[in-house]
Amino acid sequence: MGLMREFTKGLWKDLAPFRVVLGLCPILAVTKEAETGLGMGIGVIFVLTCSNVIISSIRNIIPRQVRIAGFIVIIASFVTMVELFSQAYFYPIYQKLGIFIPLIVVNCIILGRAEAFASRNGVIASALDGLGIGLGYTMSLVLLGSIREILGAGTIFGVDMMWASFRPFTFMAEAPGAFVSLGLLLGIMNAVSRKS
Amino acid sequence: MDYIILIISSLLINNILLAQFLGNCPFLGTSKRMDTAIGMGIAVIFVLTIACIVTFWVQHKVLDPLGIDYLQTVSFILVIAALVQLVEMFLRKFAKPLYTALGIFLPLITTNCAVMGAALLIIRKEYTFTQGVVFAIASASGFTLALILMAGIRERLEISDVPLALRGTAIGLITAGLMALAFFGFQGMDAALTALVRS
Repeated sequence: MGLMREFTKGLWKDLAPFRVVLGLCPILAVTKEAETGLGMGIGVIFVLTCSNVIISSIRNIIPRQVRIAGFIVIIASFVTMVELFSQAYFYPIYQKLGIFIPLIVVNCIILGRAEAFASRNGVIASALDGLGIGLGYTMSLVLLGSIREILGAGTIFGVDMMWASFRPFTFMAEAPGAFVSLGLLLGIMNAVSRKS
Repeated sequence: MDYIILIISSLLINNILLAQFLGNCPFLGTSKRMDTAIGMGIAVIFVLTIACIVTFWVQHKVLDPLGIDYLQTVSFILVIAALVQLVEMFLRKFAKPLYTALGIFLPLITTNCAVMGAALLIIRKEYTFTQGVVFAIASASGFTLALILMAGIRERLEISDVPLALRGTAIGLITAGLMALAFFGFQGMDAALTALVRS
């Protein structure tokens, strides 16, 4: 039961980036389409889960003074794996995500979980924590990506959604739309969580 | 003359923060007060420029000749993390006033994706060394410009009547969106500017 909670807390209680405001850059930059959001989310789930497992299994070996540097090297190795793998098998998404794949390294969520959770808890709990937080983050990415793609291009995952005479709002597909829609979504989340 | 286009382009048209979405966490975190915004902005200009020079050297003198391009991500983040530490130690020893002003912002810069992002963009866009340095300084100044503008707006927001659910980060993001819209207006300038400079 306790372990299950480590998994489910990432889906609502600690939902990134709405309940814990971290990892904003990718969520603004790669959510022009739902598909790129999903690709980014899968990359983050992989890196977060693997780095959490490794960090928690060697948490007693790393000296405290150099732990952050150690965490960064472990995270960067997994990010390189994601980079090479997506370049080999998912080239179109790799090109669309561009520099945001290597920038998973500096995503504060991953270093934050390593420092706050994986360096203090067991391997299984850390794996579930990574999976949960990663899945929650992916949901947020896909949600924002879908909203922006429906309003900005009239499609979702490339499939037409709107009626024939629908005029897409270019605003939503560009930078300002990303900030405003994320801000409004955050406001809605705040209102909902205050009620419950 | 091309440098003028590069400067204006990376300062205003492709502002690193509002058009390329790099460095948003510190942007929303440190823009609540004007003095912290100025401190963070100067620290970013300082570190970003040095980091871009060092990573440029690492890429062209170490990674490329040895053919170990795949270590780019690992080596860049390590270089940036080490560099931030060095800058911090150097300032503490030799420039005490600067250290007391910037000290608390320096550790935050390691995970500021604007630094790593600019370093990667310089390599991906295949800039020469001078172009890279100009790009780095102009991008960091663009970051600082947006940060200071935002701090000015947010100080006013503190005393205005914002709906309860939107307080804090939510209204910050919406404000950033409106600023991005204003900066979006510069997009059309690109072609006109090129024509003007070339003529």
